[in-house]
Amino acid sequence: MKAVEIENLTFRYSGVKVVDNLSFSVNQNDFLGIIGPNGAGKSTLFSCMLGLLTNYEGTIKFFGKDIRESKKYLHDIGYVPQKPVFEKNFPATVREVVRMGLGRKKNESKIDEVLQDVWIHELGHRRIGELSGGQQQRVFIAKALVNSPKILILDEPVTGIDVQSTELFYGILRELNKKNLTIIWSSHDMDAVNRLANKVACMNKTLFFHGDSDEFFTNDELVKQYSEASMQEHMHHH
Amino acid sequence: MSFEILTYGFMQRALIAGIAIAVMCSVIGLFLVLRRYSLFGDAVAHSSFGGIAAGLLIGLYPLWTAYAVSLISALVITRIKQSFDISGDASVAILLSSGIAAGLVMISLAGGFTVDILSFIFGSILLVSTNDVILILALTGAVLLVILLLYRELIYSTFNEEQAKVSGIPVEKINYLIVFLAGITVVTSIQLVGILLISALLVIPNVTAIMYGKGFKHTAFISMSFSVFAVVGGILLSYVFDITPAGTIVMLSIAIFATTIGIKSTGLLDKQSKLIKN
Repeated sequence: MKAVEIENLTFRYSGVKVVDNLSFSVNQNDFLGIIGPNGAGKSTLFSCMLGLLTNYEGTIKFFGKDIRESKKYLHDIGYVPQKPVFEKNFPATVREVVRMGLGRKKNESKIDEVLQDVWIHELGHRRIGELSGGQQQRVFIAKALVNSPKILILDEPVTGIDVQSTELFYGILRELNKKNLTIIWSSHDMDAVNRLANKVACMNKTLFFHGDSDEFFTNDELVKQYSEASMQEHMHHH
Repeated sequence: MSFEILTYGFMQRALIAGIAIAVMCSVIGLFLVLRRYSLFGDAVAHSSFGGIAAGLLIGLYPLWTAYAVSLISALVITRIKQSFDISGDASVAILLSSGIAAGLVMISLAGGFTVDILSFIFGSILLVSTNDVILILALTGAVLLVILLLYRELIYSTFNEEQAKVSGIPVEKINYLIVFLAGITVVTSIQLVGILLISALLVIPNVTAIMYGKGFKHTAFISMSFSVFAVVGGILLSYVFDITPAGTIVMLSIAIFATTIGIKSTGLLDKQSKLIKN
């Protein structure tokens, strides 16, 4: 069974299409990198997938079930946002933040386990606001993982994070994928997508390419076309 | 100070009611402060002024009409805020002024200010009856129970609404619940500090505690301790020096806050909490 199937997804903001007739699917255990320039509709796509936007056209299925029918699929998803927004002085420890993702279960050993998985076990009792951006982002991965999801969705998770932390972060994602976690990850960093992902979806409102990462990155013509398209978009924005 | 004053019935009632209100205000206030909704308590209190005036005008017990009017207006303004995307501070301003305006109109219809209405504006904790104390204890218990049962939903949606939604938490319902609990808390607290000083009780102990606390529960506990200290100290001092309890309670809270800032500016307190800079 496919982990995710997206069929003819269109989303409009006040009449303007920001996602246009998108169709692709994600196999279980895939590591899918979604690339596209700013304003390509990546975050909108995620918002639809996560049930935050519901007035879309088309169908989104997780494990064969239409997400319009039940919100239960959310239990199988861990989500790491682009930049976790929270009150800077929010008095919560790292453990308390991770525990939020746990639901009603009381499972302290699972919290220990995920904190170890993302290399921040020693920070468990620190206040979240005291951590660096890279460390905070790892806390949010831990929070997404604590409920043992089947799919991890990350929306440009390393924006504004230093190179060293970014590499550490990528290493963690690779390990998680090896442990059979399906990963859907949007990124600006073509090089990182090339190194990490086995599948690539390349979008700019419409789908430009979807398939094996090798196929995309070894086809110079495709990469060139995409880069030119993004560049034009970039120039257009400025 | 002699312990004799603790044998007086009115003092015992005031202290029991005061401690319950202190605990309830500090807990619900922590959520409001972290949601950047600090003045919401003030707005609900002012709208309850309209409710109190309505009660006095039509001859009902003013606190009941205050509960009704405050809760309804708090929920309505939350609804308007969510539907029309009005900012939090603007919705607070609307709620605040409409309550006072409606109250003033009704008071003038009823023939002007009376002792009753002044006791609601400035608080009258030394006058609470046994029935009042029972009601205050019951409401405090109910509010704390709801918070305990929905602790994860409340803290998660306060921390980050979007992520809470993705985790399947009904964030909009939780927002209404917070407003509802805050409404009950505020109207109940009117007897202690009066309409004008409510937000002090909701905000000051929490802003102070956030500078000390590590985690959420730790912060809530510190806030409760400060709040109870200020209320008990304020009631006792006001009796000894024959001054207003409401003002004394709030002045004590402010003294704890000022001391904390003093300690912090000398660098003795954990440097990593950055609240003052914010």
